Amino acid sequence: MHISFDHVSYIYQPNSPFEHRALEDLTFSIESGSFVAVIGHTGSGKSTLIQHLNGLLQPTEGVIHIGDYTLKAGEKNKHLRELREKVGVVFQYPEHQLFEETVAKDIAFGPQNFGVDQKEIDRRINEAVKATKLPEALLDRSPFDLSGGQMRRVAISGVLAMEPKVLVLDEPTAGLDPSGQKQIMDMFYDLHKEKELTTVLVTHSMEDALSYADYILIMNHGKLYREGTPLELFQQEDVLEAVQLDVPEVIAFLTKAKKEYGINLEYKGQSLAELAKELAHQLRGGSDHE
Amino acid sequence: MEERQVEFRNVSFRYQEDMPWVLKNVNFTIGPDEWVAIIGHNGSGKSTIAKLMNGLLFPQEGEVYVGGTKVNADTVWDVRKQVGMVFQNPDNQFVGTTVRDDVAFGMENHGMPRDLMVNRIQQSLKAVRMEKFERHEPHRLSGGQKQRIAIAGVLAVSPEFIILDEATAMLDPKGRKEIMQTVSDVQQERDLSLITITHDLQEVTMASRVIVMNGGEIWMEGSPRDVFSKKDHLTEIGLDTPFVSKMADHLKKEGVRLSREPLNHQELLEDLCISRSTM
Amino acid sequence: MSSSMIIGQYIPADSVIHRLDPRSKIAIIFFYVVIVFFANSAMSYGVLALFAVGSAFLSQVPFRYILKGLKPVWFLILFTFLLHLFVTREGDVAFSIFGWDVYKEGLVQGGAISLRFFLLILVTSLLTLTTTPIEITDAIEELLGPLKKVKFPVHELALMMSISLRFIPTLMQETEKISKAQASRGVDFRTGAFKDRVKAVVPLLVPLFVSAFKRAEELAMAMEARGYQGGEGRTKLRELQITKIDVYLYIVFVLLVMALFMTRN
Repeated sequence: MHISFDHVSYIYQPNSPFEHRALEDLTFSIESGSFVAVIGHTGSGKSTLIQHLNGLLQPTEGVIHIGDYTLKAGEKNKHLRELREKVGVVFQYPEHQLFEETVAKDIAFGPQNFGVDQKEIDRRINEAVKATKLPEALLDRSPFDLSGGQMRRVAISGVLAMEPKVLVLDEPTAGLDPSGQKQIMDMFYDLHKEKELTTVLVTHSMEDALSYADYILIMNHGKLYREGTPLELFQQEDVLEAVQLDVPEVIAFLTKAKKEYGINLEYKGQSLAELAKELAHQLRGGSDHE
Repeated sequence: MEERQVEFRNVSFRYQEDMPWVLKNVNFTIGPDEWVAIIGHNGSGKSTIAKLMNGLLFPQEGEVYVGGTKVNADTVWDVRKQVGMVFQNPDNQFVGTTVRDDVAFGMENHGMPRDLMVNRIQQSLKAVRMEKFERHEPHRLSGGQKQRIAIAGVLAVSPEFIILDEATAMLDPKGRKEIMQTVSDVQQERDLSLITITHDLQEVTMASRVIVMNGGEIWMEGSPRDVFSKKDHLTEIGLDTPFVSKMADHLKKEGVRLSREPLNHQELLEDLCISRSTM
Repeated sequence: MSSSMIIGQYIPADSVIHRLDPRSKIAIIFFYVVIVFFANSAMSYGVLALFAVGSAFLSQVPFRYILKGLKPVWFLILFTFLLHLFVTREGDVAFSIFGWDVYKEGLVQGGAISLRFFLLILVTSLLTLTTTPIEITDAIEELLGPLKKVKFPVHELALMMSISLRFIPTLMQETEKISKAQASRGVDFRTGAFKDRVKAVVPLLVPLFVSAFKRAEELAMAMEARGYQGGEGRTKLRELQITKIDVYLYIVFVLLVMALFMTRN
């Protein structure tokens, strides 16, 4: 689904002493089927932004289009339920939302609320646990007996079982160990490709933004600070530094190599092996001139 | 026996009798002013080690010594004065209603006189650069700030060992940097040993020694350079290596000779320059 | 944002009333509540009212906040007044309204009871407006101190109260977070039949309890790791101190009591 924000602002507790402008005049669009990363330091408005995508928050000013749905300041949308079925949100530490007696029941909770029939729900449960690589034997267990990593997978399965068209991920790997992080991100990426989803990822990991996203929005103080492809944005170290963001390590390394050691190697999305090859070649090339 | 050290002697531990051993015959010593990182994936027994050091758990077999004293039910309160701990969740270890109350909590428990507490609160908050937040309430602080307060609370009791049990796992990159900066400052300024239990490879490279845990046993032990140079050993148990380490590996495959296992960008690039001039 | 929420109704300021020792405040309020029932003349009520309104004035708490605190009880005050007005059937008839006789005695009694009510609520809300919850906790711990002798867990009670205060904002944020997560899974907390709305609370409450228990467990471990072993041998950073202004308060209060008994009928 195509998503667009048109001059959207959001104010928490307007006309009170605690009034706080969380989003200011945001205008951007997200192509259907793209994988967009939203980055920015804590408090930049990322979380507020994504809560607009399924109508948890209503813009104070401006208009949002998500597919055929419209969220407009001051107007009540009567189709929020449908919208929430189409836009699945995986919140930070999603395992905190588990509550049912069994894993299967918890995964079924979302689809049930949206009126999906039992046969279809069963099919979806099977598909969801396959995607998240949860052993089927766990389906009848209580989610609270599982390990932290497994609980996270159950919660994610619960969102996937809604079969959303848009997947919103709010730091889905927070608190996992490195191998768990990679597994989860790879899984989301595969689903994104396979189901042709529109994926919006909020992340603190520049590495993830670089490896998975095809477009990046950088937020700062509630405003859209920059947008562009990862390669464009991450080459501008000073632009990121100005809003306290790092560049991915591979780019930081190449920048340092260039600045301090005169090794000139451009990053075009190569793998480490390819980079090593080019680097080795250049080192030898250097000796040719002697 | 050396006064200021932690020693594990043939330590085995399990939570219940019919459950598998979490630690199997673990032996190591951590000396004064050392910085030891303990890594290993979830369930490898890392956190159990931390809890054994502080007397939150007692081993079924073997002994744990802190500063020459065997850790048991009688000595545990003294041990806890010497071993400070910072846990993973910033919220779930903040006891006080304000920053200064929280920093005081440990000192109150150890019955320190009030004048000393007031003094130490100032000092410890300064050490973690949070002196401006003395009267703040916890819900107005970021995760990184809360963790720095937790460190201040530990410092105030002036322990000889500080254990950070995945203390940065729930923080954003900025919070992580703040904590690691704070910790490394504190370690340099004060006489204390640091034990960091972590998944973060950046944190590992800051340590002087690394203990790699796997399946309740010590899998490997050595300097970060030693450990990361044995990549195959690490990947065998599903652990990652830092970016420079991987890069160095690929370069070696391309026939570039490196003098040592690099720990950061600088080291790798210096090495490359040397090899460039000799190629 | 929920993080900017004020706990209780404490209004920060640096007034004389704020600076009073919370123990003094609680004790004086206790005695005030007692002596209010001794007033029986217009003058004696006047003296009591002077004390309460004077304190409110000295507290520097904006008048609208005090009124806000009284809001929930206005109805009760009015109700008490009307009840006395219509039920009392003694003395002279003052006037009639829709054929109902209103007696003078009823007016007087209704007025007196409502005023009493008003004064009680005014002074107690002054306590919460000028004292932080944690100060109140400290004061309660001190005032209940003697009960330790009969093995009453005073320290534990105070610790429980202060930890609850500490975790209220955290749990509020958590509630908001979980309700948003469940709303995203299609739960509707706002509309629908009463039965459905009650059912919608389950997916909110279960995770909240689970997380609260987990927090409690981790907090207990963290407290133990920091050497907590109960109240014994423990020193305290927070210190309550009786100062000059407390002594002034006692003097004023003694004068008040004397004035009250002189103006009684």
